Amino acid sequence: MRLELEKRPERSTLMALLSPVIAITLTLVTGAVLFAALGQNPAVALYMFFIDPLTASWSLQELVVKATPLILIGVGLAVCFLSNTWNIGAEGQFTAGALAGSMLPILLPGFESFLTLPLMLLMGIAGGMLWGGIPAFLKVRFGTNEILTSLMLVYISQLLLDWLVRGPWRDPEGFNFPESRVFSDAATLPALADGRMHVGAIFAVIAVLALSVVLLKTLKGFEIRVLGQAPRAGRFAGFSRNKIIVFAFLLSGGLAGLAGISEVSGSVNQLTPVISPGYGFTAIIVAFLGRLNPIGIFLSGFLLALSYLGGEAAQVTLGISDKTTRVFQGLLLFYVLACDTLILYRIRFARPGVSAKGA
Amino acid sequence: MTVDDTTNPQHGVVGERRGTVLLDARGITKRFGEILANDTVSLTLRAGEIHALLGENGAGKSTLVKILYGALDPNAGDLVWQGQTVTIASPAEARALGIGMVFQHFSLFEALTVAENIALALPPDQSFRALSERIRQVSRDYGLTLDPTAIVADLSVGVRQRIEIVRCLLQEPKLIIMDEPTSVLTPQEADQLFVTLERLALEGCAILYISHRLEEVQRICHHATIMRHGKVVMECDPTKETAGSLARLMVGSAVHDLKRGVVPREGDVRLALKDLSAEAEGPFSVAIENVNLNVRAGEVVAIAGIAGNGQSELFELVSGERLSSSADAVTIGAVPMGRAGITKRRRAGAAFVPEERLGHGAVPGLKLSENLLLTRHSTGDGLVQGGFLKRDRAGALEQRIKTNFDVRMSHDDPEARALSGGNLQKFVIGRELDRQPDVLVVNQPTWGVDAGAAALIRQELIDLSRNGAAVLVISQDLDEIFEIADRIAVISRGKLSEAIPAQKLTRERVGLLMAGLDEDSGGAGDAA
Repeated sequence: MRLELEKRPERSTLMALLSPVIAITLTLVTGAVLFAALGQNPAVALYMFFIDPLTASWSLQELVVKATPLILIGVGLAVCFLSNTWNIGAEGQFTAGALAGSMLPILLPGFESFLTLPLMLLMGIAGGMLWGGIPAFLKVRFGTNEILTSLMLVYISQLLLDWLVRGPWRDPEGFNFPESRVFSDAATLPALADGRMHVGAIFAVIAVLALSVVLLKTLKGFEIRVLGQAPRAGRFAGFSRNKIIVFAFLLSGGLAGLAGISEVSGSVNQLTPVISPGYGFTAIIVAFLGRLNPIGIFLSGFLLALSYLGGEAAQVTLGISDKTTRVFQGLLLFYVLACDTLILYRIRFARPGVSAKGA
Repeated sequence: MTVDDTTNPQHGVVGERRGTVLLDARGITKRFGEILANDTVSLTLRAGEIHALLGENGAGKSTLVKILYGALDPNAGDLVWQGQTVTIASPAEARALGIGMVFQHFSLFEALTVAENIALALPPDQSFRALSERIRQVSRDYGLTLDPTAIVADLSVGVRQRIEIVRCLLQEPKLIIMDEPTSVLTPQEADQLFVTLERLALEGCAILYISHRLEEVQRICHHATIMRHGKVVMECDPTKETAGSLARLMVGSAVHDLKRGVVPREGDVRLALKDLSAEAEGPFSVAIENVNLNVRAGEVVAIAGIAGNGQSELFELVSGERLSSSADAVTIGAVPMGRAGITKRRRAGAAFVPEERLGHGAVPGLKLSENLLLTRHSTGDGLVQGGFLKRDRAGALEQRIKTNFDVRMSHDDPEARALSGGNLQKFVIGRELDRQPDVLVVNQPTWGVDAGAAALIRQELIDLSRNGAAVLVISQDLDEIFEIADRIAVISRGKLSEAIPAQKLTRERVGLLMAGLDEDSGGAGDAA
């Protein structure tokens, strides 16, 4: 017996839906083996990781807080990946958006009006677009590899943030801690409940709905898919590859920037040297796990948010390193990409060929 | 001779055959998903015999050959080589047995020399100098002139094929498989090849010759096996058949002649190319030099040429996928369009069908109704309104094209990749014909399409022109060109000859032009 991969004549719709389910199952099984190897009871550890965080109101709110940036960034990245544009630097665009939006409450703390928040959000979006526009420009103008340039810009933005909060933007009354001043109420996104859940969650829902419509119902969405799947056919259709690269980077950069300023203004309320546990990178997994479909990304955003909470919970109750979160996220991406093979191929068990009789 | 599908080829009427049995394939079956590419196929090859394997595209010839060459594993069946049952698990094992193959699409590294390319395929047990010497000797012996130090990129297609053949001969094969070897050759180059093949057969080598060109099969082959829908339907001596009877066996029904209709009166110029030039975009792209051509309403003009002489480059310049340096270079209707993009040219009444169906003319993973949008999203068909897609209209239009152009599909509105080559080509051409364009430019309209679909497409092109459109066809297939063209021009190394009325041209003259030799050079004998 041996396994053969046999190409299907068309994409399997069933497998497109089942593939993430299989991937999640395999991730859990591998996780259980991993926990057992660490000397933990796998059942207890998995419960702590994936179920326990769903049992309290505060942690459910926390789930939304963590899912919000993942979904906002994820839907933007979906547009990039669908158009075959590889924006790996959403983390940097997230940071750039947070920096640009925070200029207002940090540099002009006295400017408190109903315009403060909208301006901050717009500046955040602009900051993300600017940061995303750089790799797009370099790619269109000089043909550079956007994977490298967008990734390198992540480190630049993080170092810029680090320098600002330790230097010029440090809170003058902050006892020399590397933090900016705390934002005023006018610069804080309104909360949605008694916890840290804020209005940013609504932005995420709007982004999901809007991009669902754009991708499925409009010529723009068609253009994105055609150029992503067959660039020559896209050119034949009269669509411009360069324009779509710029569009995808500006859109995903803008959404990442919005996520950044929302996170800072809604949850953290000040700038600190680290403002993200890697949302921009995790959103890549979110986008693929969600089948690059906005609704799917909405769901997978929550799952990956849960992996963050679970990692913290496992660290607190079981004493396992919080790096476990990264391990789970990596496993998940690995299995999703592997299972996607089944969408275009089916597995067949082949008997050894005719030839066993030998000569 | 009447034959139906139930005839068992083993008991078919077979002429006297010479030579010892070299390879006996028995009951070979190969399945791809739901398709049975080979259904209990049996084939006997004898030493010294040129054996034709005939069939339409998709009949299962390539699958069978790949199994013989070890590139595919059969699901059932036996291979008996010189009396012993064998397993051929890889092409390397096939070569070790003495089976060589010359592929339709060459597997050569363009940046390397002839000798380097050949060395790559041989066991590394001899010095490079000795190899070069052997290459010279073998190529001299068989009349296949080759310079071992030449860089492949500089060589013509015919010479590249010689490299493949010499590479094959150096391994001293007992059986050589040739997959449509003449499809890329000029008539003169093909003649040269036939001499070599006959010589090899005389020396006792078996040759399995895959082709759908009946004329050459009748000329050089001793025996023929005909396949249809994955089965062997007939074995025969091709010299005792007519081209018509062979074609009937391949297609399964009589092939109809095209109706040419009335020879058009001189119409208005609808498509004009004036001093159209463009530089090569890369080392393997061809520069277009001063192309001039007028295509008038009511006529079909064909551009003949061997692949890679600037056809795709010319097509992109005419379609607007690539812009010309001046607006006057391309005129559609009466409007200079050289600087306008493809959408503007479509709006001016032009329609285009590129050579590649999947990936250029259609997106493999999108449904047909979505692929419809590819060329018609901005041509006033109401498929897009206010930026939103009108999917129901696209669906209705897809149905109309499916009915009018006989596009066959297993279920409604499938992804483009699920269609067979011929059906997808009918769809891609139907998509443009359905618009009733004033100007149609088609690159290789029936490349890889079965005879039935090809006849339908060619008739549609003629009908479109007779209804007042200007039709420009770029093709490598001389049969096709002479069947449909009113005037013929030849492209060679990016230069286009004058378009001459088809009646005034012979195939030989076009062949010489295709090879880049003009008539005065007296180069007819220089086919070596």
